[in-house]
Amino acid sequence: MPKHVVSTVAEIPPGGRKIVEVQGRSIGVFNIAGEFFALRNRCPHQGAALCTGQLGSAVTSTGPGHYAVDRAGEILRCPWHGWEFEVRTGQSWFDPVKVRVKAYETAVAPGSALKPPSPALLPGPYVAETYPVSVEEDYVLVEV
Amino acid sequence: MIDCDVHAIVPSVHALTPYLTSYWREQVEQTGFKGPVDSWYPQGLAEALGHVATDATRTAAAVFSGPNSPSLAVLTCDYAVETLHNPDASAALARAANEWLAAEWLARDPRFRASIVVPSAFPELAVREIERAAADPRFVQVLLPVRSESPYGSRNFRPVFAAAARLGLPVALHYGGAPGTPPTPVGWPSLVMEEVAGATGVFQTQLLSVIAGGVFDEHPGLKLVLAEAGFAWLAPMLWRFDKNWKGLRREVPWVRRPPSEYAREHVRLTTAPLDAPADPGQFAAAVGQLGSDGMLLYASDYPHRHGDDHAAQCWDSLPADLRRRISSDNPRSLYRL
Repeated sequence: MPKHVVSTVAEIPPGGRKIVEVQGRSIGVFNIAGEFFALRNRCPHQGAALCTGQLGSAVTSTGPGHYAVDRAGEILRCPWHGWEFEVRTGQSWFDPVKVRVKAYETAVAPGSALKPPSPALLPGPYVAETYPVSVEEDYVLVEV
Repeated sequence: MIDCDVHAIVPSVHALTPYLTSYWREQVEQTGFKGPVDSWYPQGLAEALGHVATDATRTAAAVFSGPNSPSLAVLTCDYAVETLHNPDASAALARAANEWLAAEWLARDPRFRASIVVPSAFPELAVREIERAAADPRFVQVLLPVRSESPYGSRNFRPVFAAAARLGLPVALHYGGAPGTPPTPVGWPSLVMEEVAGATGVFQTQLLSVIAGGVFDEHPGLKLVLAEAGFAWLAPMLWRFDKNWKGLRREVPWVRRPPSEYAREHVRLTTAPLDAPADPGQFAAAVGQLGSDGMLLYASDYPHRHGDDHAAQCWDSLPADLRRRISSDNPRSLYRL
């Protein structure tokens, strides 16, 4: 699967995100503590722009009145109905087997490795998907 | 066959005199204290009160007769002790009602089992009475009126569920209750009909509260019986509850599974009233929507007559295996009979 250059590393700081368009698909790219994850920006429920939702913690409990919070910023909540998804995997919280959002592989590469473009790396053929690359920067790639 | 809802009605506080402590006996005799005068049923409807059900022998004759009569019946005594604001009076009369049930019903006919009357407005005293009464294994469940001052899933009521769970007793929420608050969420209705037909809303509120509050997460073995509630409303409510849980579950992280799964595992419903579809041909589908053949419990609700005119056709439309589960297997497993 071709890898698409979608962003510089600097553009998406830890805790940040960027919505990009790759081959007609809207994709959210997230930085969790230096690791990048990419999810389809479309909630499997009713098609809302999932990746624009709030990023919160994973809340679990051992029983009424107990709240355990961990993995801060790793649970994405759909802005429409609050369905929760794990950014790392795209799995939903309430039904991880049946309800999930498409997750894409990501990679980080230095600009020097991207120029000239190798056959597996697309900027193009469409103009909208080209991305100007300079040797001085690191880039986030999404495999679509 | 086991009848899971037969009423035993305390005719008046004087019937309890032998079972009251000397203090309360004197209070009744000398002050004219009448005990709970509110009824769970509309005042003045003598038919609904069923005077026959004040006596074990006459009730047994009516309930255990006929070709398809039950072999056992679980008594529900809806003595409205929750209407008494004196906690000690409420507890004293609950205890007396239970002793009256033991002496004048259970001892007179071995086919009866009973539900424990509790001072439900006072959880600590309710726990004490549950623990006392449960020593007699003929008391097979804890009885609460479905109407209460606040929802049963709230934290301050939790000790009652804990006691029932500890003792392995189901908790039954039964139609009625007169806690002083209106029987609808929007205030006092004008008409008896509104209250009677609207009772399903109260059952729904309590069930939402108990599941969302995490009662079943705290007590994985606990069973909740909804008695005289009908059942056809349950599946659509659970559809909504499941849907809302997907988006709101962070508020109740202890609720780890869809609410409908809790309902199927923990909730049982009696079959009187039936509140069946107008077309008996649709009855089996309504039962199927529950998603479990383990939830329904046969009940006559004697002496109340609900006017379920095509109850027999509805019943006959179910497969024999399911009928056996409802009338026998489910009650036996619930009450360990």
